[in-house]
Amino acid sequence: MPSDAEIAAVFRQESGRIVATLIRMTGDWDLAEECVQDAFARALERWPRDGVPHRPGAWLTTTARNLALDRLRRSAVEAAKLREAAELREFSERDGESGDSGISDDLLRLIFTCCHPALALEARVALTLRTVAGLSTAEIARAFLVPEPTMAKRLVRAKQKIRNAGIPYRVPPGHLLPERLGGVLGVLYLLFSEGYAATAGADLVRQGLCAEAIRLAGTLADLMPDEPEVRGLRALMLLHDARRAARLDDAGDLILLEDQDRGSWDADRVAEGTRLLDTALRRGRPGPYQVQAAIAACHATAASAGETDWAQIALLYGRLVMMIPSPVVELNRAVAVAMADGPAAGLALVEHLAGAGALASYHLLPATRAHLLRRLDRTDEAAAAYREALALAPTDVERRYLTRRLAETQGDERVRK
Amino acid sequence: MPGEPERLDGSVLRPVRDATTVRTRGDEVLLSDGPFAETREYIAGYDIVECADLDEAIQIAARHPCARFGAVEVRPFAED
Repeated sequence: MPSDAEIAAVFRQESGRIVATLIRMTGDWDLAEECVQDAFARALERWPRDGVPHRPGAWLTTTARNLALDRLRRSAVEAAKLREAAELREFSERDGESGDSGISDDLLRLIFTCCHPALALEARVALTLRTVAGLSTAEIARAFLVPEPTMAKRLVRAKQKIRNAGIPYRVPPGHLLPERLGGVLGVLYLLFSEGYAATAGADLVRQGLCAEAIRLAGTLADLMPDEPEVRGLRALMLLHDARRAARLDDAGDLILLEDQDRGSWDADRVAEGTRLLDTALRRGRPGPYQVQAAIAACHATAASAGETDWAQIALLYGRLVMMIPSPVVELNRAVAVAMADGPAAGLALVEHLAGAGALASYHLLPATRAHLLRRLDRTDEAAAAYREALALAPTDVERRYLTRRLAETQGDERVRK
Repeated sequence: MPGEPERLDGSVLRPVRDATTVRTRGDEVLLSDGPFAETREYIAGYDIVECADLDEAIQIAARHPCARFGAVEVRPFAED
């Protein structure tokens, strides 16, 4: 007999699809969510007694649909509601004939609607987690460190905007698709980044955001097999996630890539990520996520830090800069160039960036300058740059790291004197 | 001969929280949730359009000359 946890796992797997179908049938997001919740409650009651049905997703869909039908009938005092109930019955019959086809389209519709750019970014993220991933409002609130009522309000407000502003429930037509798909991928990547930034002590839901983002990217890749950037994003996430455990030491301090224990990287994840990236690249339509994944793959597949193919990484950053002209990407390229061609070449690029006034408040600019100056034995300038970086660093972990580096640099100086 | 002053037309809009602000910069159409919120905002004019959904309205707004240098705020009418 299934445990509650097993039933909960089925629910997480299926709820997005079922909610999506119910929204198409009823046009009512709240009704859809409530009926899916109720269907799940019924499963918790029945499945331990009767066993898990042969097709749990179909069972839950039918149950949720019947519950919706009942509720619409009961509240069918107005003609409009009656019409909805009639349409719902029609839908049920049609779906019964066509089997599962169309169900995946519903999920895709739901994903694109949740990530519509007319919604605020935080609303897109929350709505995707709530309706597509099936997380509870309390869980999402914990994951984003806001009080539950705040998150509940954000969700209500997003659903109101969809209804009142007329955000269409559909996959965007061809001419809008590239831009809108970019928006969907942006939401998934943000989800992943939130989870990646979570420390070991953080709430488990928050730590679980990475797994959730990887799962959603997998779902999207299945639904849109012809879009290589979707696979590229999933590969990027897998390759980063493989190194998650090795990033921080027992005290919660940052361990640089070059100092990480490569044995503790998740080899299966690395293999899955590189394989996925290969299938994406074979399409011959590279994009920023594929290029970033290729950079991550260079790191993840190097047997040791010394064997990293920095020339290739510098080249990839050069391509990325053309796709995303951003000073942060330029800074990363400078680091790769420094590793490939020596610190002086890298420093020249960093000085150029600093001279252009870009990234004036970004701590990694002076931190990178400091690092390169130190390698060139320009110790005084290095120490000054570390101090500049310290004043800008946003987290304790990073301040501790920079303080250690500053102390080492001052040590260099004393050794020489 | 001057006529009596009279109300010609008017309608209620949905609240600003249902607004979407549209800006066109180069080839890119930038959307933001909510009303146009610059420090010195003013309304230069209005267009009334009939659309099936928000995407259609955005498409029209993005082509408006004002969307290139300023912004166009898309607001649905309140339903009657």
